[in-house]
Amino acid sequence: MLRIDKEACIGCGVCEEVCTFGAIAVVDGVAEVNEQCTLCGSCVDSCEADALSIETAAKSVQADLHRWSGIMVYAEYRHGRVAPVSFELLGIGRKLADQQKVPLSAVLLGFGMGDAAAELVSYGADTVFQVDDPALEHFTDEIYGNILEDIIQEQKPEVVLAGATAIGRSFIPLVATALATGLTADCTRLEIRAEDGVLLQTRPAFGGNIMATIECSATRPQMATVRPRVMKAAAPDQARKGEIINYRPAAERLQSRVRVLGSVLEEQDQVNITEGDIIVAGGRGLDNEKGFGLIKELAASLDGAVGASRAAVDSAWIAYPHQVGQTGKTVNPKLYIACGISGAIQHVVGMQSSETIVAINKDPNAPIFDVATYGIVGDLFEVVPKLTERIRERKGQ
Amino acid sequence: MDQIQPMNIIVCIKQVPDAKDVRLDPKTNTMAREGVESIMNPFDRHALEEGVRLKELYGGTVTALSMGPPQAEAVLRDAVSCGADEAVLVSDRAFAGADTWATTYTLAKAIQVNGPFDLIICGKQAIDGDTAQVGPGLGKRLDIPYVSYIRKITGFADGVLAMHRLMDDGYDEVEMPLPGLITVVKEINEPRIPSLKGKMKAKKLSIKTLSAEDIGADPASIGLPGSTTQVVKVFAPEFKGERAMLEGSVEEQVEQLLNKIEPYL
Repeated sequence: MLRIDKEACIGCGVCEEVCTFGAIAVVDGVAEVNEQCTLCGSCVDSCEADALSIETAAKSVQADLHRWSGIMVYAEYRHGRVAPVSFELLGIGRKLADQQKVPLSAVLLGFGMGDAAAELVSYGADTVFQVDDPALEHFTDEIYGNILEDIIQEQKPEVVLAGATAIGRSFIPLVATALATGLTADCTRLEIRAEDGVLLQTRPAFGGNIMATIECSATRPQMATVRPRVMKAAAPDQARKGEIINYRPAAERLQSRVRVLGSVLEEQDQVNITEGDIIVAGGRGLDNEKGFGLIKELAASLDGAVGASRAAVDSAWIAYPHQVGQTGKTVNPKLYIACGISGAIQHVVGMQSSETIVAINKDPNAPIFDVATYGIVGDLFEVVPKLTERIRERKGQ
Repeated sequence: MDQIQPMNIIVCIKQVPDAKDVRLDPKTNTMAREGVESIMNPFDRHALEEGVRLKELYGGTVTALSMGPPQAEAVLRDAVSCGADEAVLVSDRAFAGADTWATTYTLAKAIQVNGPFDLIICGKQAIDGDTAQVGPGLGKRLDIPYVSYIRKITGFADGVLAMHRLMDDGYDEVEMPLPGLITVVKEINEPRIPSLKGKMKAKKLSIKTLSAEDIGADPASIGLPGSTTQVVKVFAPEFKGERAMLEGSVEEQVEQLLNKIEPYL
């Protein structure tokens, strides 16, 4: 509860101003708190009279905190291949492990996986715990969750990372709940605080309008799912040595109440936009479907993929698989050309890590220019066809 | 022969600020809340619709359940006007500051106190936190099977629900025995608008309210003290664009740009 020392309160109203939830108000010269309070602590920090405090029962810290050591990554395997996010997790995992001077391990679950474990070693894993079993042919939350929980209980890593995918975001919460520890979803930045080894987990919230840094200080492991295409994978090194351990789960841990009858793969609309080096994306400024055609032509001249803002997808100028942003895909190509996209935060969070960003927009105040490496203020219908023409000339097409 | 089995359904609903309007002032680091409306989490609206459709097909009841401040009553009345039969508000100052761990504890306790159920439906995530962790965590707490990201329910027979579960590369065909929990994506249905009859009912309905004591919650497991994660910093997203503006005629702008992006051609 938020405690207000009515003697100390000078009724200055600073707390009222800083409260983001409208939970505190000065009434008759004294601050009063209402039910909207989320105990975020902003007012406590702002109070110059030290009149505010948050009462918490002394937090019980897990007794064996110091015995948890090492970084562990859940490596997703599906339909014959390791998901690319697994290599990205090994990239950030390696950095964290080196900083903490602890080993990096990976957990690989699936059926008929061939030498996928060796691939994980080449990307940085020191140890791979692998379960290759028919019961793991299809993904089920229970079986995958049981096994990961058991391996974590046995190995006691300080940090566990998984991809924020349709699989990771579904069964990792089960594992964290079973282990009675904290989990942070969809992280875009991870650092370990050197003094106490606490993992600082940064993630977007409110559709990307706000970033929050979260820690899990009293329990282990510290668990996070990580957004795909944000962390960088290391270059694979075939000469790297690592240990591959075939883990044997207990038979009762291979039971699932949910039954998967089969998987249906859906054809991706044209290329997968998350995998190309160049993306040309269009937004509301294209006016209509015909206007959007200019984007496709420019993309074709560059051998690039076509991306779109939510506005363009909602207008049905292009299909959803092309949508970039918070509710679409996260991309980080070498070159991203945004045409007629205003740069709403929901779009920007999906493309801001691109190497070079070009923005073309008629509004000089469009927020897209804030993330742009190069900007052109101008009429799309002149600039884009001209650019396409000149690129074709230069490439001798 | 298939037996028609009525289903008692609980739909979990969260009241959220309309996320698209939320901004953080980078100077003061506070949220601009002027004009930010409180709404029913959009994914939960699809969860509710699916619950009501199942009830219409198989019989049973739909209970809308929300954990939140007293004002969250508004979304529960909204839910009743769209077809829910009952509404339960789990509300206590002691719940403030709960992370997903403390939230699933609280919801699980409230659901156990509320009585027997066959199916719990949640939206895939809330648009304020975007975590997608409460559905799966709640399933684990209640020790019932769950499936996330349901985009279609294809059948229900002999106590088993057949569904399509969205994956990153397509979908899985799954079967889950009840009692169980699902989280749903937007594609699953088109939510109805409130009916006049529903609105009348919503107006009159008394909403059952459960406090921390009512659900027998352990004070150390709820709210801020019960949370395993802490938010230590909140900030506006930073952008590091160089913002080099290319000036001149269209031809000049295009030529300059061509030179800049030459390495990628």
